[in-house]
Amino acid sequence: MIYSLYMSFTDYSGSNSPSFIGLDNYTRMFSGEDQYFYKALGVTLYFVVLSVPTGIIYSFLLAILLNRNIKGKAIFRTIFYLPSIVPIIAISFIWLWLLNPDLGLANELLRAIGLPGSQWIFGEKSVVPSLALMNLWTTGGTMIIFLAGLQDIPRSLYEAIEIDGGSKLNKLRNITIPMMTPTIFFNLIMGIINGFQVFSQAYVMTNGGPNNASLFYVFYLYREAFQFSRMGSASAIAWVLFIIIMLLTYTVFKTSKKWVYYEGDEAR
Amino acid sequence: MRTKAWVEKGLVYLVLMAGGLFSLLPLIWLIRSSLMDMGQIFELPPIWIPNPFRFSNFSEALTILPFGRYFINTTVIVIFSMIGVLVTCSISAYSFARMSWRGRDLIFGLLLSSMMLPYAVTLIPTFIGWSKLGLTNSFIPLIAPAWFGGGAFNIFLLRQFYLSIPRDLDEAAYVDGASHGRIFISIIIPLTRPALVVVGLFTFLASWNDFLGPLVYLNDESKYTLALGLQQFKGMYAAEWHLMMAAATVVLAPAIIVFFIGQRYFIEGITLTGIKA
Repeated sequence: MIYSLYMSFTDYSGSNSPSFIGLDNYTRMFSGEDQYFYKALGVTLYFVVLSVPTGIIYSFLLAILLNRNIKGKAIFRTIFYLPSIVPIIAISFIWLWLLNPDLGLANELLRAIGLPGSQWIFGEKSVVPSLALMNLWTTGGTMIIFLAGLQDIPRSLYEAIEIDGGSKLNKLRNITIPMMTPTIFFNLIMGIINGFQVFSQAYVMTNGGPNNASLFYVFYLYREAFQFSRMGSASAIAWVLFIIIMLLTYTVFKTSKKWVYYEGDEAR
Repeated sequence: MRTKAWVEKGLVYLVLMAGGLFSLLPLIWLIRSSLMDMGQIFELPPIWIPNPFRFSNFSEALTILPFGRYFINTTVIVIFSMIGVLVTCSISAYSFARMSWRGRDLIFGLLLSSMMLPYAVTLIPTFIGWSKLGLTNSFIPLIAPAWFGGGAFNIFLLRQFYLSIPRDLDEAAYVDGASHGRIFISIIIPLTRPALVVVGLFTFLASWNDFLGPLVYLNDESKYTLALGLQQFKGMYAAEWHLMMAAATVVLAPAIIVFFIGQRYFIEGITLTGIKA
C-alpha cells in the first residue's frame, strides 16, 4: 500500500527506475488533461447508480416472495442463484450473443411483442444500462443473504400485527423493512464496492467502447498500467479509487445511523 | 376472501416464474446455440430444439486452440489454491477462535477491514512486487496468495464456524494434555467438515472463474487458463457463434457441476456470512 502511494508520485513504466515527479500524476487527472479520468469516473458512477438500487430491490422482492410458503421454493432458489456462479467470461459470452443487435434473442423477443430493438452494448447510450441489466441477472447471492435475514425475523412480531388487524402492507412497512435494514445496509455497501470494480465484462464484451462509453474505472486503471505501461499514473488512479470508495462507504455508514435498526439498540 | 387469496398466490407464482425465466433463459439459449450448426442458429423465428444435435461443435471448438493444455493449467492453479486455502486458512481461523495472544483482536480487526479494500487498489503494488521477484508469467502469483492465510473472507467464515463449537470439548482435551495442534486436528477439523467444504467450494469457484488475475500475470499462450483461452478464441472466431457458445459451455460446465454437488453447503455458507455481517 505504502509503496503504491509512493509510486503514485512517480513516473514509472515498470522497466525504468521510478523518478519522482511530485503531484504531476494527480494534477494530470484532475485538471482534465487526461480526459479519460472524468469519463471513466462518470461511466462508473452511472453504472453504480443504475445497478445497485435495481439489484437490491429485485433480489429483495424475490427473497420476500421465496420466504412465503411456496411450492417449489428450493427449486426457485437454486434457479435464481445459478447465474451467480457462472464464470464471468462465460457470462460475457452468453450476453454478447443474447444482446447481439441483429441476431440476438433479446431483440427477437422485443420484436415478438412489437417493441423496437436496441443497439444494446453497441450503442453509446445503451451500453451501461445493458451491463446493469446483465448485473441484475447475477444478483442471486444478494437474494440468499436477504433470505437469511428474513428468516431471522421473529414470528411473534408478525403475530402482534395480525392481532391488531394490520394489513400485509403494514407488516412489510412496519416490521419486515425495519428489521431488514442491517442486511440492506450490508448489501448496499457490497454493491457499491463491487460496482466500482467492474472490469471483466467491459474488457471482454465492449473493450471500453463504443467511443469509451463503457470505459469503467478499473478498466481505465488496467489500460494505464498494463497497456500503456504507466505504473505511476495507474497507482495514482488506484489511490483515487480507494479514497472514493472509502468516502462513499463512510457516508453510507454515517447516514445509516438514521435508518438502520439494530436489535437491542433500545436497551442502551 | 377465498378468491383474493387465490389471486395473490397466482401473482406470486407469476413473478417467480418471470424471474425464473430471466435466470434460466440465457443458460438455455447458450446450450441450445452450442448444439446447432451455423444455419440453424440464425434462423428466425428462433428454433429452440436443435435438429440434429451437433455435438461435433464441442470437439471442433476444443481442437482449434489447445484447450486441453488450458484445462490442465486451470486445474493446476485451482487445485493448489484450494489446498493452500484449506490448510493455512483453517490454521489461522483456529488461532483467532481458540488461542489467546497479544494483539489478536487488533489483528483480526485489521483483517476484517482489509475485506473492504478493493482488489483494484492492491493490484498494481502486488504486480510490481511479483515482477521484481521475476515471477510474473508463472502460476505462482495466482497460487501463492492462497498459501498465506487464504483471504480474509475465508478466515472470517471459518472462525464463525469454530466459535460455534462448544468450548468444553477442547478444554476437556486440553486438561487431558492435548496440544493445540492435537485439538485442532482431532476435534475441530472433524466437527467442521461442512465449513471446510464451503470454503473449498468458494475457492474452487473463485479460482476457476478468475479472469483478471491470469490476464495480468500470464503472457505465454502455453500458460493460459481456460478463461484467457476463451477470450483469445473470441478474437479469432468472432463470427462463429455456435463454436463460441460450445467453448463457453465447456468453461461453464465444471462450475455448474461443482455447484450442484455442494449446493447445500453453499447456501449455508452464504447465509452465515450474511447474517453476521
